[in-house]
Amino acid sequence: MSRPMFDEMNASPTEVRAHYENYARWLAQQPPELMAAKREEAEMIFRRVGITFAVYGDKDEDGAGTERLIPFDLIPRIIPAHEWHSMEEGLVQRVSALNRFVYDVYHDQEIIKAGIIPADQIFQNAQFRPEMMGVDVPNQIYSHIAGIDIVRAPNAQGQGEYYVLEDNLRVPSGVSYMLEDRKMMMRLFPDLFETNRVAPVAHYPDLLLETLRAVSPATTAEPTVVVLTPGMYNSAYFEHAFLAQQMGVELVEGQDLFVKDNFVYMRTTRGPKRVDVIYRRVDDDFLDPLVFRPTSTLGCAGLLGVYRSGNVAICNAVGTGVADDKSIYPYVPKMIEFYLGQKPILNNVPTFMGRDPEDLKYILAHLPELVVKEVHGAGGYGMLVGPASTQAEIEAFRHAVLANPSGYIAQPTLSLSTCPTYVESGIAPRHIDLRPFVLSGKEVQMVPGGLTRVALKEGSLVVNSSQGGGTKDTWILEA
Amino acid sequence: MLSRTADHLFWMSRYTERAENTARMLDVNYQTSLLPQSAAVAQVGWEGLLSISELLPAYTAKYGQAITPRNVMDFMVRDESNPSSIVACLRAARENARAVRGALTTEVWETQNATWLKLASYLKTQDFERDPGAFFEWVKHRSHLSRGVAIGTMLQDEAFHFYRMGTFLERADNTARLLDVKFHAVQSDFFGAASELDQEYDFYHWSAILRSVSGFEVYRKVYRDVISPERVAELLILRADMPRSLAASLNEVVNNLNVVANDLSDETLRRAGKLQAELRFGRIDEILSTGLHAYLTQFLDRVNELGGRISQDFLVPTH
Repeated sequence: MSRPMFDEMNASPTEVRAHYENYARWLAQQPPELMAAKREEAEMIFRRVGITFAVYGDKDEDGAGTERLIPFDLIPRIIPAHEWHSMEEGLVQRVSALNRFVYDVYHDQEIIKAGIIPADQIFQNAQFRPEMMGVDVPNQIYSHIAGIDIVRAPNAQGQGEYYVLEDNLRVPSGVSYMLEDRKMMMRLFPDLFETNRVAPVAHYPDLLLETLRAVSPATTAEPTVVVLTPGMYNSAYFEHAFLAQQMGVELVEGQDLFVKDNFVYMRTTRGPKRVDVIYRRVDDDFLDPLVFRPTSTLGCAGLLGVYRSGNVAICNAVGTGVADDKSIYPYVPKMIEFYLGQKPILNNVPTFMGRDPEDLKYILAHLPELVVKEVHGAGGYGMLVGPASTQAEIEAFRHAVLANPSGYIAQPTLSLSTCPTYVESGIAPRHIDLRPFVLSGKEVQMVPGGLTRVALKEGSLVVNSSQGGGTKDTWILEA
Repeated sequence: MLSRTADHLFWMSRYTERAENTARMLDVNYQTSLLPQSAAVAQVGWEGLLSISELLPAYTAKYGQAITPRNVMDFMVRDESNPSSIVACLRAARENARAVRGALTTEVWETQNATWLKLASYLKTQDFERDPGAFFEWVKHRSHLSRGVAIGTMLQDEAFHFYRMGTFLERADNTARLLDVKFHAVQSDFFGAASELDQEYDFYHWSAILRSVSGFEVYRKVYRDVISPERVAELLILRADMPRSLAASLNEVVNNLNVVANDLSDETLRRAGKLQAELRFGRIDEILSTGLHAYLTQFLDRVNELGGRISQDFLVPTH
């Protein structure tokens, strides 16, 4: 089956889009051997620097480590500045509305009273935390760091149109790759940055620190910020260590923290030291064994009590996940209208909900064309891409959906835009997405662009690093 | 700084130092075993090497009673189940470094990581078996490099002091064990050299020990005389200007400990200072009159205890 395609670089086999002209000319002049050498150099540097991630349940060839490199592609994904500016407006709008929504859920629940979102969609959501009802968090911000996944697909006119595919409001990762990819590109091809006006991204750690300090409890002028990691065997450990180092703050594990007299302390070589802001990279479930999962050793006993008293800030806030569930996603455009009184700038992908009998009928009748997702799944697990699946896989999903219809949503299989990418046979188009990182502290801000992920397998639409995806440097290009 | 971070730094440098010392001992034994005159010394050396690290039972369980150079080297270099093997030490050093990579300079981390990556490729091929000498040389160089990079790039804050403390506490332990090799191998103490044969044996034994701590030329320079066991012992125990001696190691431990002292550490500082003072004001004839082995045994106990106290006071506090 042939679907319309949209390539970011090539408007047609003979025509390069305007914002890629400069780069395409440069690329055509590079001898293939040189580019091959640069690819090897990049891989060697990534390995030595240890920019790796761990794959769950996987072993390398020695059966020893589980550290993998995320493949890095040399050809940048370029977005013209004017497109970015409207995307940025849309992101500020969307994340603001989502934060208003979480606040509302844990306070007056106006949106339920207004009949816009059914109550059970919220209360039966596993990410809804009754412990957070009525708790006031600084600036009423819940998702301080949000990663919004954006894809582009051709519309009826053959133009590329941006859609929000997913809101990651809990602990989105990948920003370290955005920063390291840029560093790598500047190291490999400094000349490109002389001739192209690429918007810088290196100040992200400063913005992040500013955001975290902005939500510190009022009890101190010089807040102590820490990054809380599950530890070095977590898949995103590199990023945790990287961000702590870049911000100049301590990287702590649960065992380093303890609660005393309603404050949180860390164990240091000079005795206990108070902690004011915790940028946690640990899920809610593991944060406090007294409240959530009692067997967790990744968190700190008593943390939630201190948090509820306002003596420590946790970023992102506990209970934020209620807003990034796939069953809430379809309501985001209505949220924007409800809370902000504005028309959404960024579109949702049209979504069918298994809980709706009409939608369910449609889903079951069109499984081979749809992408079906478990509402609580993440990381590309628990997902069916109809056109790329076997009959058996489709039938297995049919059973799963029938057994628990409200556990699934479905969307038309978007033909994600492609970008030329180095593959074994040379340069070929591969599907990509984009994850900008939106920071909400005193104000909502972000660095231009984000992380571009690329599905390296031919025809594949799954860009997740855990499923063999790679990354590209993302350029916001001033004309 | 975070106690856990300090703990990782402390162990990162300890394991690096341990890998270096294992390489040093293996290297000297390997070189010694190549000469027919000293083959008997080497044989004693292989046994001693296992025995001082308390690894004899683990070795015989795996390889049987016969102690052959190939097997000992295999066991001490590439055996992951042996916690003192070079691969186990360098893995542990790298794991500790990875756990606190944010607290290290980029250069320190990349040095540790590159060492590990290269070691993995070393062991995948037969490069080590082809030329053990070159491999041991490489391990030593990587250790020199990581120490040098740390000194050359790290801020001299607490992190640095715990890193240094680990190096020298480990070195004190390793040098003491090395001096004790002969006792372990032949169950006899220092003065066993009555016959001419024994004297020849002793020469090779003590010069091998000197070489393993890069001390052969140093000995000649300091004493300008033939190799005598008493002087070797003096050089490696009491000479504070000999960088791998017990005295030099304890000086560094105490210096670094003084900088990081906290509310809990008074007793630890006192004990470290006492041990340092005994080395500073000690005399070799006094030490030998109580017996070298007895002396080294109590020294090792005290170093071990010091390590435990440092852990309690700084690295894994209960609160």
